[in-house]
Amino acid sequence: MTEDLVGRGNKDGADLFRQWFTSLDETANNGDQAAYVFVMGSINEILKAFDLPVVFPEINSLQTAVRRVAHEYLDVAEDYGYSPDICGYVKADVATQLQDGLHPMGRIPKPTIAVLTNACNTYIKWAEIWERMHNIPIFTLDVPGTRNEGGQTWQGDRDFENDRKYVAAQLRELIQLCEKVTGKKFDIDKFREVLGYANRMSTGWSQILELNRSKPAVFNALTDGTIFLGVANGFRGTEEGAVYFEQLAQELKYKVEHGIGTLMDEEIYRLIFVGVPCYPIFRRFNELFTEWGGSFINSTYLWFASGGTNRGFQYDLDNPIDSLAEGVLISVRDAMDSMFHQEPMIEDMIDEYSVDGVIFHPIKSCRTVSTGLADSRRHLTERLGTPSLFIESDMMDRRVVSEAQMKNRIDAFFEGLASRRQQATHA
Amino acid sequence: MAYAAGVDVGSTQTKAVIIDEDRNIVGRALIDTGANVVAAAENAYSKALADGSVPEEEVKYVVGTGYGRYRVTFGHSQVTEISCHGRGAAQIFPGTRTVVDMGGQDTKAIRINENGDIDDFCMNDKCAAGTGRFLGAASVALDIPLGDLGATALKSDKGTKISTTCTVFAESEVLSWLGRGKRIEDILWGVHQSIASRSLSLLRRVGLNDEITFTGGVSRNTAMVKALEDRLETKLNVSDDCHYMGALGAALFALDHILAARHPHETTEASA
Repeated sequence: MTEDLVGRGNKDGADLFRQWFTSLDETANNGDQAAYVFVMGSINEILKAFDLPVVFPEINSLQTAVRRVAHEYLDVAEDYGYSPDICGYVKADVATQLQDGLHPMGRIPKPTIAVLTNACNTYIKWAEIWERMHNIPIFTLDVPGTRNEGGQTWQGDRDFENDRKYVAAQLRELIQLCEKVTGKKFDIDKFREVLGYANRMSTGWSQILELNRSKPAVFNALTDGTIFLGVANGFRGTEEGAVYFEQLAQELKYKVEHGIGTLMDEEIYRLIFVGVPCYPIFRRFNELFTEWGGSFINSTYLWFASGGTNRGFQYDLDNPIDSLAEGVLISVRDAMDSMFHQEPMIEDMIDEYSVDGVIFHPIKSCRTVSTGLADSRRHLTERLGTPSLFIESDMMDRRVVSEAQMKNRIDAFFEGLASRRQQATHA
Repeated sequence: MAYAAGVDVGSTQTKAVIIDEDRNIVGRALIDTGANVVAAAENAYSKALADGSVPEEEVKYVVGTGYGRYRVTFGHSQVTEISCHGRGAAQIFPGTRTVVDMGGQDTKAIRINENGDIDDFCMNDKCAAGTGRFLGAASVALDIPLGDLGATALKSDKGTKISTTCTVFAESEVLSWLGRGKRIEDILWGVHQSIASRSLSLLRRVGLNDEITFTGGVSRNTAMVKALEDRLETKLNVSDDCHYMGALGAALFALDHILAARHPHETTEASA
């Protein structure tokens, strides 16, 4: 094992990501079928069993921001009549649809079917747009939310078992719909194979997150983490995806053993990021923290934007449909809790990961994920006194991203952290 | 005797303060920032030196602060105005635990500890409602000089309710109330109350702890002081130095550097 291992995950992840979009481009140009899905509960496992290429419009949209053309897409949708105040992901996707799949990473195929959960209320209205535009079937999986006094219910609990049956019945309906749409018979053995790959990926994904307890952190949850997320979503249930995460875990273990961190300079502050990244200035946003020696060691985004698969849930291949229902129930609920009820998880992590500060990043065009963040922050401050920063921008719309304002707040936050640390040293 | 300097380049005005080793202000200057930010910093600094009759070579460290802090080309380091206002307020009013800084384009609520270090802060985001700019809009709409707004507003006995939260729309709302026969002083008092209300929201978010010190250019406005005190139901710390609080805080951070360099193994408050 050599130093060549270091950086392999980012390179391979970027390669896989490009391959995915290249294959989508081919699908679009051939006029082949594709399934539109979302990051919180993609149900990739069933769709992959039918060989349906998956399109994540959320990922397409954020890529327009990363590639600095989001404003062109937002303009198209707003000219069409969409309000500046609604979800930027929706608008960039609408613009993509209006322009026959035009996208900076290649042409995006039209949907044959759309599959969604109720994890985000916008998903439902968004899918209805495709239903009207393309006259396709949409399948909404209703995942009963967390309701046991704000916590999950678990296997063995009567409510949980009823919920699992409810989800399993819906998954059987989805299988029937996929058979109808694709004209293919459901192959249970192929489905088991897909679940097996998903299990390997989930194991690797949860291991990777645990490895960042290490000091210094072995990956940046904001920048590197987003590359990992791309593979976690696009390649779930595939051999490439399983191998990628196993190799990534191998690389990061090597970094832990050799004390190789993510920053060029010393890691001074360990931070948690809460919310959705600021994609219009993605790299620069991160630099505003790394310039102070701040490193993002975890992020609620890695939890909810992977649909809760970070929990590492393992499917029982002997009982595949019921087990998928159980996994979806646990993971999607966990994803929702990561958005709406993240305090317990953050509290645990502050100790376990030696966290110095928490960055809350509400975004203007997604109130779903942003609304409760002020309360979360207040809760954290009152319970633990952990330093935190609240900065608002957007995941898509550069019109509401002010780097100068952000820098001022971030600099002041680090000045406060430095002062606290100095006082603690001299106490 | 060595001196330390702080230069606060704000969106509207640039302030410079020179202090001696005993933390006394010996020179100060205030000028409009204008379009040339570098020149504004240089001019304010020169005027402060002249005001204190301090030779430039005796100033051993300069800290830049404010939005233009990186344009203080002669500065040795930069500290945000958030930290500087906290530090300055704690120097002038040692009991300060909350600072409300109202400037040209933003309003900050800052909670500080007994050393003047920041515990938490909150600012208006991407909108100048509830800042000095709101007063600027009213000044234009009513054709009253900015410096006379406070005295005029204090003549009111019943403020007009200003419902808009947008600085741009404030001007049209002010004009509409004029058209409906409202008295100028009542409209102006309503504008002050509206700003106070917005500021109170920021203060509540960081947590309101006595004592509260009011800093920034708008702290010179007597009606704004009264409007805030009415809403907070407490007296605010205000002084002639409050407009210079950011620059003073920067100068105090600069002094930390000077003292730390002399006694590198001793505890200092330097965090710049």
